[in-house]
Amino acid sequence: MMLQAASNPLMKVENLVVEYSVGGKTIHAVSDVSLEIARGETLGLVGESGCGKSTLGRAVLQLRQAVSGKVLFDGHDLTSLKGEALRKMRRRVQLIFQDPIASLNPRRRIGDIVAEPLVIAGVKDPEERWRRVSEVLSAVGLDPALVSGRLPHEFSGGQCQRICIARSLVLNPEFVICDEPVSALDVSIRAQILNLLEEMKARYGLTLLFIAHDLAVVKAVSDRVAVMYLGRLCEVGPSEQLFARPAHPYTALLIEAIPVPDPDVRPTTSVPVGEPPSPIAPPSGCRFRTRCPRADARCASEVPELRVVAPGQFAACHHPLI
Amino acid sequence: MSGALLSVENAVVDLPTPRGNLRAVDHVDLTVGAGKTLGIVGESGCGKTMLSRAVLQLLPKKAKLSGRVMFDGQDLTTLPAEKLRKLRGRSLAVVFQDPMTSLNPVLTIGTQLIETIQEHLELDLAQARQRSIELLTAVGIPAPEQRLTQYPHQLSGGMRQRVAIAVALSCEPKLLIADEPTTALDVTIQAQILDLLAREQQRRHMAMIIITHDLGVVAGRTDEVAVMYAGRVVERAPTPALFKQMRMPYTEALLAALPKLDVPPHTPLPAISGRPPDPTRPLKGCSFSPRCRYSAGRCSTEKPRLSPAETLEHLYACFHPIAAGGRA
Repeated sequence: MMLQAASNPLMKVENLVVEYSVGGKTIHAVSDVSLEIARGETLGLVGESGCGKSTLGRAVLQLRQAVSGKVLFDGHDLTSLKGEALRKMRRRVQLIFQDPIASLNPRRRIGDIVAEPLVIAGVKDPEERWRRVSEVLSAVGLDPALVSGRLPHEFSGGQCQRICIARSLVLNPEFVICDEPVSALDVSIRAQILNLLEEMKARYGLTLLFIAHDLAVVKAVSDRVAVMYLGRLCEVGPSEQLFARPAHPYTALLIEAIPVPDPDVRPTTSVPVGEPPSPIAPPSGCRFRTRCPRADARCASEVPELRVVAPGQFAACHHPLI
Repeated sequence: MSGALLSVENAVVDLPTPRGNLRAVDHVDLTVGAGKTLGIVGESGCGKTMLSRAVLQLLPKKAKLSGRVMFDGQDLTTLPAEKLRKLRGRSLAVVFQDPMTSLNPVLTIGTQLIETIQEHLELDLAQARQRSIELLTAVGIPAPEQRLTQYPHQLSGGMRQRVAIAVALSCEPKLLIADEPTTALDVTIQAQILDLLAREQQRRHMAMIIITHDLGVVAGRTDEVAVMYAGRVVERAPTPALFKQMRMPYTEALLAALPKLDVPPHTPLPAISGRPPDPTRPLKGCSFSPRCRYSAGRCSTEKPRLSPAETLEHLYACFHPIAAGGRA
């Protein structure tokens, strides 16, 4: 499927399917997802918990094996790479997790934590390692001389996330997957980290896949946004366009549900009652149909394909809003 | 203030820690009128949860509380344990962030609801069961009869929070404290739960305190907002007045730091530099002064008192408040 607008994609996901079994039941975590991310672009991936957005991020990195489909990074199919070849390719792709404190080994010093990827990559010269470590620590706003001898518990959540970002940058990656990087942080710290990610992206020429459940956060950093529901993509499009004119009823619902910090904006109560169905037995046809105000018989029988609804904007819906 | 259902007077909560005394709540005064909704907003560690625990008299054993907590004409700080237990659940109810911590995992939904109802109200089993079904229906749970026989783990997070709300509402409380009731939930479920709380609050003419870190949650759903920072209330106002004209720089900065949907992507966010002070090392001056861009002069040496703006309802603690219509 040549659906997405990106020219010169650095990352290309083709018909990716990821399933895993829990207690003998199959969870359809990612079902036939195709995406392209252009070099230098930030693609935001939004959806509610359990929609498969994190699984997709992990499958891209080959941390979770896909049932079928391809993950093409700079032309190489990561799903077919193994051993040393995969490890070499992974150096160019890094991951930042949601819980910054849990992702740092509590018994190791910051300097060693940040240098670890270099050790694994075979950089033997300690001076060369220290040069890289101090460069990335300074880049994320920490004083290398002051922090590198200390342990993670001496730092706040926001600082731990800075350390995680430094570690992800130390190998000079081209592509960074940020999985809910700010959702564990307080509002005042969240803005600092979002600004830092933007700075790092510009400074190191990164391409980002930014996974989050908060639409406002995603919009703040993304060039394009992909909306995921129960393992499938609902809509993909340029950020501003998607927020101004959502085509998929689920995108519209997500936008409507954001609490607005303005007492003159009365909270809408048109949000349909109901919760996402189980990914063990997703609904037939369109997976959103059980909560969708526009659903009809066709939605139950026919899976909607992603189709162009506006320039660069694609929606998988039989009854799009535009 | 007369006519208040709840009034917290000069509350101080001290927690002994290995690093020294931690003042979690620092001289807080608050009132909530019958049928009114108060939002308490602040970041983690600002003392908002400790304050609510002080109201509920559910502070950690080592904590020391001074001041008064007047609820419905009684001082809860001097009430004997037995009377307190009767009061909690009956006229003073609470909904926590994680419904799994308030629901017992080994008891069915029905047992938990019926037990609470029978503990506080004179109803027989059949009546209590009937009331449980009514409550589950009211909080939007489909097929309530079947839910009574289910265990908490069989329900989704949103459904569990609905059950926790049903338990809290079961004895028609006069005051409901909702501590981050939607933080663990997805955005579409959050909207539903907040609507549910607002609807039941109005229907039952119940007073409610919503504790949250999200200014968006309090904006459309409270009568009054108190903003907390480092254990103190730094601004308090009727909700429309607060959002119309914030006086305290921290409140303004907190709102500005939120990503907005109407701003183009890649616009740098006005972040608040630094981080909250160490609560075991209290500052002499205003706790926000090291991070405040308006800080000057006595901000670092003297604590500003909570004092009224144009109206007596709008209070703020700042030497250099934001002037009406923007910064002077």
